[in-house]
Amino acid sequence: MKIADKTRFCIILLISGWFILFGVTPLLLLVMTSFLTMDPADLVKFSFTLNAYSQLFIEPGYIIIFIRSVKLALTTTLLCLGLGYPFAWYTARMPPKWRTSVLILLMIPFWTNSLVRTYAMRMVLGTHGILNKALLSLGLINTPLKIMYTDYAVMAGLFYLMLPFMVLPLYATIEKLNFQLVEAARDLGAGAVSAFTKIIFPLTLPGIMAGCIMVFVPTMGLFYVASLLGGARQLLVGNLIQQQFLNARNWPLGSATSIVLIIFMAVMLIGYGLLLHRFSRGEE
Amino acid sequence: MNMLRLFYFAGIFFYLYLPISVLIVNAFNLNKYGMQWDGFTFKWFTAMFENHSLMAAARHSVVIAICAATLATMIGALAAIGLNRYRFFGRKVIQGTSMTLMMAPDIILAIAFLVLFISLGIGLGFWSLLFSHITFCLPFTIMTITGRLQDFDPNLLNAARDLGASEKNILARVILPMMRPALISSWLLAFTLSLDDVIISSFVTGPSYDVLPLKIFSMVKVGVKPEVNALAALLILLSLALVIVSQLMIGDRKK
Repeated sequence: MKIADKTRFCIILLISGWFILFGVTPLLLLVMTSFLTMDPADLVKFSFTLNAYSQLFIEPGYIIIFIRSVKLALTTTLLCLGLGYPFAWYTARMPPKWRTSVLILLMIPFWTNSLVRTYAMRMVLGTHGILNKALLSLGLINTPLKIMYTDYAVMAGLFYLMLPFMVLPLYATIEKLNFQLVEAARDLGAGAVSAFTKIIFPLTLPGIMAGCIMVFVPTMGLFYVASLLGGARQLLVGNLIQQQFLNARNWPLGSATSIVLIIFMAVMLIGYGLLLHRFSRGEE
Repeated sequence: MNMLRLFYFAGIFFYLYLPISVLIVNAFNLNKYGMQWDGFTFKWFTAMFENHSLMAAARHSVVIAICAATLATMIGALAAIGLNRYRFFGRKVIQGTSMTLMMAPDIILAIAFLVLFISLGIGLGFWSLLFSHITFCLPFTIMTITGRLQDFDPNLLNAARDLGASEKNILARVILPMMRPALISSWLLAFTLSLDDVIISSFVTGPSYDVLPLKIFSMVKVGVKPEVNALAALLILLSLALVIVSQLMIGDRKK
């Protein structure tokens, strides 16, 4: 029995130690840093202040970046939802042996380094890229479109990277959907639209929410997509954080920005949790 | 309607595969800027192998990915067993932390790790990179292995105990062999996650230990670099091979 306790003790010690040292501590340090004073010589000075937060909420420049970032992430999320929902729906309704192949095909690009894929996107969207070439030779346009270094290019890149994150949770919910409910609604005279809004949409809402959170939250941080495809402007909150940490060396401001991002994210997750709770109660 | 559906799927897959295909084609294209097809060449692959700093970064990335995947799988296996079999103080805290690490955007983890290493006085390089990669892979390996553990027949463990096996023997002779498929898939998952990471790596490594994403990022920021195309083509093939291997193994498990 003593040996058993020893094995058990070692395992618990190892995992608790690891998660406390590399999980809890860094996040606490981050919160702490956001309340410290910036010091050009020594990174931070240990004097408590709310400067970073007041700067974030008072200076219009930061608010503008936040709003732009939310707008860009939201558009990407809606784009993924709009194009991903039918994809997940039709895939879930395919014969099972087809489903796996379609999902694997969806996942293969996803297994490749996302920076490499963003770089590849540049070759497609550039002035001499394949998209402009195709449009020019089809005679649809006379001068190459300037897509690179615009918000559209960033959106195209974000959509490219994030689509599987939307499709997979949607697919998981749609696959479990009881299609007899839809058939019953149709038999009782519901049109395609009302069958969707009254049956399918509410029943797949948890998947929609999960997908939206999985796309929206990381998108705000994908600074390299904005740097490679977007212009010189700071587009995403991720760019702001990266710049505060790596260039401006204003760690308190960078930490405060990320704390605001975490709170934003927590509110969304709590909303999702409440919805799931209501949902499971409704089923009983 | 069926035609429409077909077009729609074709459109999505076209969008997903077009950039990768252009990249692979350009890796063999004589035209440096990939504007048109000028003929077939292996020149860029040679250029890639001769670019020592790029090769060093590639080697570092693979070393980190192998070490991180191995350690994250080992720690993940112990964590999955611990969280599953033992009830102890702080268990919920660990599960919560694991969940937070999985859900938090990479940029948050990146700066949190950076602040940690600077506070602890750990220099940015191999070790800081390894610790962060293990940590962000850990929730995923735990999840993969836990899924497998929950499928176990608990009678097997009871039988082993009734026959007098110690906890160490139960772990080594019963649980570990049954976990093997999950260990392999969690290793592959962690390897891919580690190799794919851009954001965390760019914060927690220093000039002494350059890794691929950083190297590629600084190379392509200024323009097109054909040796990056060659390297990217190789990376795509590597991930394709990994997908095939893991699919074959999942297929094996079903049999």
